[in-house]
Amino acid sequence: MKMNRRDFVKAAGAATAVGLVGVPHIAFGASKKVVIVGGGTSGATAAKYIKRLDSSIDVTVVEPNETYYTCYFSNKVIAGILPIEAIQVSYDGLKAHGVTMVKDKAVAVDAEKKVVKTEGGKELAYDRCIVAPGIELLFDKIEGHSAEAAEGAMPHAWKAGDQTRLLRSQLEAMPDGGTVIIASPPNPFRCPPGPYERASLIAHYLKTNKPKSKVIILDAKSKFSKQGLFVQGWEKFFGFGTDNALLEWRGGDDHAVVRADPATMTVETAFGEEVKGDVVNIIPPQRAGAIAQASGLANESGWCPVDQKTFESTLHKGVHVIGDAVIAGSMPKSGYAANSQGKVCAAAVVALLNDAEVGVPSYVNTCYSLIEPDWAISVAGVYKLGADGKIADVPGSGGVTPMDATPEMHKREVEYAYSWYDNIVSDIFK
Amino acid sequence: MAYKKMNLAAVAGAVALCLSTGIQAADAPAAPELVSGASARMLSETCAGCHGTDGQSVGPASPTIAGMNAEYFTEIMQGFRSGEIYSTIMGRIAKGYTDEEIALMAGFFAGKPFQPAKQKFDEALASNGAKLHEKYCDKCHAEGGKVLEGEEYYILAGQWTPYLENAIEDFKGERRPMPKKMATEFKKLMGKEADEGLKALLQYYASQQ
Repeated sequence: MKMNRRDFVKAAGAATAVGLVGVPHIAFGASKKVVIVGGGTSGATAAKYIKRLDSSIDVTVVEPNETYYTCYFSNKVIAGILPIEAIQVSYDGLKAHGVTMVKDKAVAVDAEKKVVKTEGGKELAYDRCIVAPGIELLFDKIEGHSAEAAEGAMPHAWKAGDQTRLLRSQLEAMPDGGTVIIASPPNPFRCPPGPYERASLIAHYLKTNKPKSKVIILDAKSKFSKQGLFVQGWEKFFGFGTDNALLEWRGGDDHAVVRADPATMTVETAFGEEVKGDVVNIIPPQRAGAIAQASGLANESGWCPVDQKTFESTLHKGVHVIGDAVIAGSMPKSGYAANSQGKVCAAAVVALLNDAEVGVPSYVNTCYSLIEPDWAISVAGVYKLGADGKIADVPGSGGVTPMDATPEMHKREVEYAYSWYDNIVSDIFK
Repeated sequence: MAYKKMNLAAVAGAVALCLSTGIQAADAPAAPELVSGASARMLSETCAGCHGTDGQSVGPASPTIAGMNAEYFTEIMQGFRSGEIYSTIMGRIAKGYTDEEIALMAGFFAGKPFQPAKQKFDEALASNGAKLHEKYCDKCHAEGGKVLEGEEYYILAGQWTPYLENAIEDFKGERRPMPKKMATEFKKLMGKEADEGLKALLQYYASQQ
C-alpha cells in the first residue's frame, strides 16, 4: 500500500506514543503550515474544518480581538431584544481543536516569501495562507464623515461589538418624538437584508417605547433584498406608506447619503436634501478588508477575485480569500455563505497540501431576518460551481419565504432563526 | 407499509420537478452548465449551519439529523422537495439536490452518532408519557423511540422538544402525511388523552438523555 501523507502522520503519531519521538519529522520535515488572517465567520470555520480533515496540519489564526461579536443577531441587541453577551463568542473552542490563536493584527501577506506580517512585528511562515478579512468601511466616500465620527456621533454598527453598544445606547438616550436615520450603502455590501432588518427592529423598539418617533432609511439603492416581504411586514406592523408610518424608506440614486455633518447631526442626499436625525446610523460603502487591499488581493472593484472552486486568489498563488471580501458568483455576503465557503476552502487547502485532487464543491446560504419578535422571513440558496468557473444557483432551488405565508409560518421562522444562530455559532467556533 | 404510498407520491413529485426544471434550463439563454459530483461529506457539511456540526443540532427548533435512518432521510427530503411534507424553508433547499445527492447525504448522516439533546423535562409528565408510548407508539417506534439499526423510523428519544412540537402540529394540521398505522394510533391517543397526552409523550422523549 502506498502511504499518503495523512497515513504517515497517523503512523508517526502512533510511533510517538511509544517513544520514537522526532525521527519521522526529521525525515519528512515539519508539518504543513496554514496561516489564517482573521478569526471571523469564514476564517474560524476554515480553521476548525482544516483541523477536522487533517489534524496534522499546523493551523494558526491571526486575530487582534480576544473574543468575537457576531454581526448576525447584532440587530437584536441594537433593538434591546438580546443583551450584547448573547452575541459574544470566545476562541476556546478553536483552541480545543488544536488551532493556534495569535492575538495580533496582520498587516500584509507577502505571497513571494510566503509570510504573514503582523503589527506586532511577527513574520508567520505558511505553506498556504487563507485571508478572511471581512470588509473595510469607506468613510471617505461620504463628505464630512470619518472613522472618528463613526466612533461618536454617527456609528456604523456594521462590525459588531463596541459599535453595537454605541448605537444601542444612542437609541436608549433618544427622546420620544426623535428621528432615527439609517443610511444604507450601495451594492455590494455585507449582509444585504441587514439594514432593513435593523430598521424593522428599531421601529419595533420605538413602537413599544417611543411611539412618536420615526425611522427613515436613506438608501443608495432603488431595490433591496427580501423587499416584498419587508414592505409587507412594515405595512402590517409599522403603518408603512401611511401618514403615521413609524418607518419610511427613500430609495434610489437621489437618496444616497453623500455628505454628513456630525456636529449638527445632519446628512445630505445626492439630490441635495438635508435630513436631520437624533440618531444617525451611517452604513458606509464597502470593499474587501484593508489587508486584502494592502496585499494586492483585491482588483479594481475593491473585492477579491478567486478561483471559486478552491478560493485561491487569481492574483496571488498560495493565498486563498473567503467570506465577505470575496467575489463568489451569485453567493451573497452573508454569515452562512462565509461559513459554507470556509468549508469548501478548508477541503481544497487540505487536498492541495496533501497533493490530492480537489473535490467538487457544494455551497449553501440560509439567512433569516426578523421584522418583529414573532415575525421572521428567510432566504435560502443552494449553489454549484458553473462550468464557466462562477458559483451559480441550482435552478429551481432557493428563494424567499412565500408572500402568502401564514403568521404561524412567520413565527416558526423566528424559532428557526434562533436555532440557526445557535447551530451556526457552534459549527464555526465550538 | 403505509409509507410506501407516500414514497411513490414523493418520487412522482420529484420526477415532475426534474422535468419542469429541465424545461426551464433549456429555455434560459445564459444558464451555465453546473458541475456535479460533490462528495457525501462536502454536500452534508453545508447542512451544519442549521442542523449542527455532523447533524448534531444544539437546538432547539432544528432537529438533530445525525444517526437518522438513510431511507427515512431520503423520504423526508423527497417529501420536502415535492411539497408533500410541509416546511418553511426545507422545500426551497431540498429542490437544490438530485436523488443521488440526497442518497449521499442520507448515508453520511446515518453514519454519524446520534446524541440525545440536553434539555429540561417534567419528570411526572415523562413518566406518564412512558406509559402512553408503550400503549400507542412502541409497536413501531420500538425501545422508547430510540435509533435502531435498520429500523426505518424517525428518532424520537432524545430529539429536541420544540422540533417535535412543530412536527406534531404539522401532523395534526394534515400538512404532513402520516403512515396509516400511525394515523390510527394517533387518533386513538388524541381521542383518549388529547393534547395533555401528547405533551406527556414529548416529555418522555425529552427525558431520554
